[in-house]
Amino acid sequence: MSQVFILAEFSGDAPAKTVAELATAGAKAGSVTAVVLAAPGKGAALAGLITSGPIAEVVVIESDAFVKYSVPAAADAIAQLISARKADAFLVASSAYGKEVAARVAVQVESGLITDAVDVGADLTATQLVFGGSTTVHSRVSHGCAVITVRPNSVTPDLAASSPTITNATFDISASAQLAEVLSSAPFVKGGRPELTEAQIIVSGGRGTNGDFAVVEAFADSLGAAVGASRAATDAGWYPHSHQVGQTGKTVSPQLYVACGISGAIQHRAGMQTSKLIVAVNKDPDAPIFEIADFGVVGDLFAVLPKATEGVQARKS
Amino acid sequence: MKIAVCVKQVPDSWAEKKMVNGLLDREGVDAVLNDLDEYAVEEALRIVEAHGGNGEGGAHTITLISMGPARTTDAVRKGLSMGADSAIIITDDALVGSDAIGTSKVLAGVIADQKFDLVLCGTESTDARMSVVPAMLAQRLGWAQLTFAGSVSVTPETSSVTITRETEAGIDTMKAQFPCVISVIEKINEPRYPSFKGIMAAKKKPMEVHSLSAIGLEAQSAWSAVVDATPRPAKAAGIKVVDEGAGGEALLNFLAEKKFI
Ligand SMILES: Cc1cc2nc3c(=O)[nH]c(=O)nc-3n(C[C@H](O)[C@H](O)[C@H](O)COP(=O)(O)OP(=O)(O)OC[C@H]3O[C@@H](n4cnc5c(N)ncnc54)[C@H](O)[C@@H]3O)c2cc1C
Repeated sequence: MSQVFILAEFSGDAPAKTVAELATAGAKAGSVTAVVLAAPGKGAALAGLITSGPIAEVVVIESDAFVKYSVPAAADAIAQLISARKADAFLVASSAYGKEVAARVAVQVESGLITDAVDVGADLTATQLVFGGSTTVHSRVSHGCAVITVRPNSVTPDLAASSPTITNATFDISASAQLAEVLSSAPFVKGGRPELTEAQIIVSGGRGTNGDFAVVEAFADSLGAAVGASRAATDAGWYPHSHQVGQTGKTVSPQLYVACGISGAIQHRAGMQTSKLIVAVNKDPDAPIFEIADFGVVGDLFAVLPKATEGVQARKS
Repeated sequence: MKIAVCVKQVPDSWAEKKMVNGLLDREGVDAVLNDLDEYAVEEALRIVEAHGGNGEGGAHTITLISMGPARTTDAVRKGLSMGADSAIIITDDALVGSDAIGTSKVLAGVIADQKFDLVLCGTESTDARMSVVPAMLAQRLGWAQLTFAGSVSVTPETSSVTITRETEAGIDTMKAQFPCVISVIEKINEPRYPSFKGIMAAKKKPMEVHSLSAIGLEAQSAWSAVVDATPRPAKAAGIKVVDEGAGGEALLNFLAEKKFI
C-alpha cells in the first residue's frame, strides 16, 4: 500500500475544503498522512480540527519560519518529512503557494512533478485537463515520490468522520530558505461570498459591465455565487485581479458559470471551459461565448440580470 | 546590476493547441515570446532605467536566457528589440520533451556560471501553465525567492529588493538581498512595443546559441510522462434566446429546471 502525504491548509479556524479533497484522492492509492505546518504552540489545536476525510495520521511540525519565510520553509519541512518516511506521493492544492511548495519539494527530493490534476488514481496516475479543457491527459511521475498539485473543487470529498493519530516532527531549515523575509502579510478578507476556486456557482462580469459590477454582484448574491471577472474588467481596475478567470487568472470548474458581458476570448475560456453548465448573457448574438454556452441570452445584461435577480429572490421567499 | 531574464518561446496563446504523441504539437502553430515573459523583460528595463540604464552609456546589463527549439531565436529577438542587451539560448535535440524539473536544471546551470544579481521570470508560460520554474530556480541556485510580484523596488546601493507578492491568498510584502529570483505577474506593468530603432538594433545584439554539452550539462529524461491524451468531445450547441423583455424569465426557468433555484 502506498503512503500518501498531503499538505493540510487552514482557512481561518477550519481546515480548508482542499484537505478532505486531497485526502479522498490520496486514499485511493493508500494510507493518507496530513501534514500540518503551524506556529509554535498552535499545532495541537489545528490538528484537532481535522475530524473528517480519509486521513489515518496527522503530523504536526511547528516553527515560526512558516510565516516568516513562507514557501521555502514549508518546502524544507515537507521534503525532509517525506524523505524520512519514504512517501510514495505528496499531494497539495493547486494555488500559487501549493505549486511553489511542490516545485521546491520536487527539486529537493529529486522527484517528478505534475500540476493541476483534477483527479489522482489508485496507481497515482494524474488526470489533467489541458488546453482550456479541450484535452484530457493522463500522466504519471516516473522518478521518485509522485509530487502532484490538485485543483481545488475537482475531487468530490469523502467527509466521513475520522480520528487520525497525531504525531509531532521537527525539521532543520536550510540557509537558503531564510533569504527572503515576509515583512507583512495582508490576507484577503473573506467576504460573504464563496471562494472563486471553491464555489459551486460563479457569476462573472466583463467589459460589457462598463465598470458597474453591482448587477453582477446582486445576481451572484441571489444565487449564493462567487464573483469572477474577465481580464478586460480587471485590467480596467473594475474588479480585483484576484478575481480574474482565465489563462492568466484562476481556472475554475463550478457546477454553473454565468458569463455576463464577456465575449469568450480563448484566454478567458481557458479558465472556465470545464464548468459543468455555462450560461452567457451578451448583447452580441455572434459572441464566441455562445459557442460553449448551454444556455445563452442575447440581450443587455443591465436588463436581463436585474429581472433574473428579482425572480430568484421571489422564488426563494 | 547584472540582470538575467528567463524567456520562453511558446505557441501563440490565440491558437488552438493539440497533442501529438504525448507532447504539445509545436509545429502547427505560430511561435511567439511567452506573453508573460514580456512583463519580466519590461520590469528589468524599468529597474535599470531607474538607475542609469543599460546598453551604451549605461552601467547595467540585461541578458535573456532561453531554452528551447532552434527557432527560439525569433521569440528571443523580440526581447532584444524591447531593449535587452544580449541573449543566451540553449537548444539541443536531447531537450525535446523536457519537464519543468529538467528546464530549471538547464536554466540554473547557465545562470550559476555568471554572476547575476537578479533573475526575472514571468509567473508562468502560456503553454505549460505550471508556474513552478521560478521557485525551482531559486531552490536550485540557493537564492532568495521573490515570486508573484505585483510590484518590485530595487535599491542597488544596498543590494536589496522589496516586492509585494500578490496571490489568491492575499498580499505580502517581502524583502531580500541580491542575488534573487523574481517572478512578476501581468498587472505589474504594460510591456512596451519594440520601436523601429529597437528592432534594427536587436539584429546586431549578441546572441549565443549553445548545445547542452557546450555548457557542461547532460540531458536528463523527464521525470513525468504522459500516458495518454484524448481530445474531449466538442460541446453540443446550447439553447439561445433573444431578450425581448422575457430574457430574464427564460434564464430563471433554465436555472430552475437545472435545480439551481
Ligand atoms: C497572454 C494573454 C493572457 C490572457 N489572459 C486572460 C485571462 O486570464 N482572462 C481573461 O478573461 N482574458 C485574458 N486575456 C484577454 C482576452 O484575450 C480578452 O481580451 C478578454 O478576455 C476580453 O474580456 P471581455 O470578454 O470582458 O471583453 P470584450 O472582448 O471586449 O467583450 C465584451 C463583451 O461584452 C458584450 N457587451 C457589451 N455591453 C454589453 C451589455 N450591456 N450587455 C451584454 N453584453 C454586453 C460585448 O458584446 C462583448 O462580447 C488574455 C490575453 C492574452 C494575450
